[in-house]
Amino acid sequence: MAHFSKLAAMALAMAGMAVATAASARDLTVVAWGGSTQAAQKKVYYGPFSSQTGIPVLEDSWSGGVGILRAKVQAGQPNWDVIQVESDELHIGCDEGLYEKPDWAALGGKDAFMKDAVSECGVGSVVWSVALAYDADRLKEGPKSWADFWNVQQFPGKRTMRRGPKYNLEFALMADGVPAADVYKVLRAPGGADRAFAKLEQLKPHIVWWTAGGQPGQLMASGEVSMAASYTSRMFAARRDDKRNFQVVWAGSIYAVDHWVVLRGSPNRDKAMQMVQFMTRPDIQKELPPLSFQGATNLEAAKRTDPSVMSSLPTDPANLAVAAPLDVEFWVDNIEQLTQRFNAWASR
Amino acid sequence: MAAGTVRAPAGRSRFRLRLGAWLLILPLFLFAAGTFVIPIGLMLVRSVQDPDFAAAFPRTAVALAAWDGRDLPPDATARTFLAELQAARGGDRISPAATRLNADLAGFRSLLLRTARNARAVGEDGLGTLAAIDARWAEPGLWAAMRRAAGPLTDYFLLAAIDLQRTDDGSIAAMPETRAVFVDVFIRTLWIGFVVTAFCLVLGYPVAYLIANAPARWANLLLVVVLIPFWTSVLVRTTAWVVLLQRDGLVNGLLRWSGIVEQPLALIYNRTGVLVAMVHVLLPLMILPLYSVMKGIGPSPMRAAMSLGARPLEAFARVYLPQTRAGIAAGALLVYISAIGYYVTPELVGGGGDQMISYFIAFYTNRTLNWGLAAALSLILLLATGLLYLAYARIEVRPEAGK
Repeated sequence: MAHFSKLAAMALAMAGMAVATAASARDLTVVAWGGSTQAAQKKVYYGPFSSQTGIPVLEDSWSGGVGILRAKVQAGQPNWDVIQVESDELHIGCDEGLYEKPDWAALGGKDAFMKDAVSECGVGSVVWSVALAYDADRLKEGPKSWADFWNVQQFPGKRTMRRGPKYNLEFALMADGVPAADVYKVLRAPGGADRAFAKLEQLKPHIVWWTAGGQPGQLMASGEVSMAASYTSRMFAARRDDKRNFQVVWAGSIYAVDHWVVLRGSPNRDKAMQMVQFMTRPDIQKELPPLSFQGATNLEAAKRTDPSVMSSLPTDPANLAVAAPLDVEFWVDNIEQLTQRFNAWASR
Repeated sequence: MAAGTVRAPAGRSRFRLRLGAWLLILPLFLFAAGTFVIPIGLMLVRSVQDPDFAAAFPRTAVALAAWDGRDLPPDATARTFLAELQAARGGDRISPAATRLNADLAGFRSLLLRTARNARAVGEDGLGTLAAIDARWAEPGLWAAMRRAAGPLTDYFLLAAIDLQRTDDGSIAAMPETRAVFVDVFIRTLWIGFVVTAFCLVLGYPVAYLIANAPARWANLLLVVVLIPFWTSVLVRTTAWVVLLQRDGLVNGLLRWSGIVEQPLALIYNRTGVLVAMVHVLLPLMILPLYSVMKGIGPSPMRAAMSLGARPLEAFARVYLPQTRAGIAAGALLVYISAIGYYVTPELVGGGGDQMISYFIAFYTNRTLNWGLAAALSLILLLATGLLYLAYARIEVRPEAGK
């Protein structure tokens, strides 16, 4: 049976993805989420790493999904080495044995990093956040909370939220009066999801769903919506690059950590680990937040980050204090059933 | 005798010719088999296989299969399970098993993994030991879910793909309303495919006619105009529609400027946006086969019909249209089959109620590793397509046979 599923995985990898070239002749390949964030990573991480070590680095980008990683590992000779994964992919993939384990002593010890960045299978790369955002040029009096986000009388206009249950159920409960710290306790209790969906139902006619991280900014810029639940990094990038007057409300935001992992069976394992160590060094990592508006995971790097961008980062103590961490275990357990429920609900 | 000696070499050379022909297509055949037929076949087989739980807990699976499913299993089964749980701890097999159980019962994944981490030496009381780790182990529903996952074959995924499930006593029942989504999505997928095909035909037919009957240099120019978007990435074309159709986009700007509407129309992030973008993306697939057929139709039959007294519309309907049937058939089939597999376009320009079945297949394959359900959904989509094709082929063949 195991042999058979291996065959199927191999088949899937062959059908769905480019056939891996001979792995031995392949350069170290790093995979991140594309866009301006990866461009910043190239400037801060990949370029300096190559020039300092002489190791050539190939880049690729992806949009997540532990299925791709499983197919690559099971097929043998994966064509990716270092990958930036979200925390659910870290957890499932770690349980499935898809990653090489990092040597924490070589990384500077577990105490050098924030707690959420430390795990058995990966090293935290950045801290990112989803929060309420609005265009201050259109809304003179801005919303202050998720309850305001739901208040279409006082704050007219459509809203945009990520299509799917993740984050939205949390925000709905906060709008319904649940404190950020208790959101997952309520969601786990019987009736918690019902309550969140009932609250979402109130806002449903006013919601435009987004699927790609760039859309909220676009939708606000074009006037399609007046408010968004958006990645905060995108909002600050639009302020800098497009001179938009987007404002972020950190109260009730949800933050999560992305991680660097090395795929099991990588022919470039040692170079890959060397690169992960390089990218999480304080003097290197501290250069990323001013470019990508994501927080550093290395505590020393966070301390040494340019103070002028600090208040724009999820890792700013004032911002962390009013935010809730994403509960990965809740979402790994419930994403299937809540996604089915979300789609049944959204199409009604 | 003489005839025999002549026939034998002729037979042999025909055989050699045929062999040569086979050898010529052999690379294509092997390629198609290796990259298409076998992978898809192996994937589809997963819709009736249930190997993951038994791979991690082989003896528990056997014991559960022998259990009648009522109340709680015998304590010996719980002790076997505990022993296998400790053996599986830290290995690669427990996670696929946990994923499988979690698909049936949300929360099972973390429960199983946490129990594995906390499982200690087994005493006399297996069920008691488990219940001490987590009270949920005293619930019969948990064990029933494990029994359903015992494999090696299962109808769980196929039933789930049509919003059905087996209850704890083994009978088939409807999924609870909050999880029943796939039947609607299948109907929506087939319906969107149908509407898109109809629009493509209505819009593409005159275009193909125009190209087929235009003077050569105009025809070439028009063909290029059709082909350039055809060669452009679907993603680019879809996002271009976002620019055109959004609230303050070009189309709404034009409509408001000309005074046709006062408030901007909702043209995107709903079904309208999906249909507009999909019809545009798929239109060349309708135009090209139609064009190739129309190109071979001369003007004489139409002229003859009209000189015999048929009005233009009648001549078109009775003389021209039947001659283009092969083109309509090919175009409609290409568009329809492409349309029901669509994923990116509804994702980008659709709303909450416009997702098609490919979205779910990708979700279960890539996000949650529920490859069994992904396979079952794919199998149903493939069967639906196959059945439609057969029905259509019958309709197509009948008039030919009557000739």
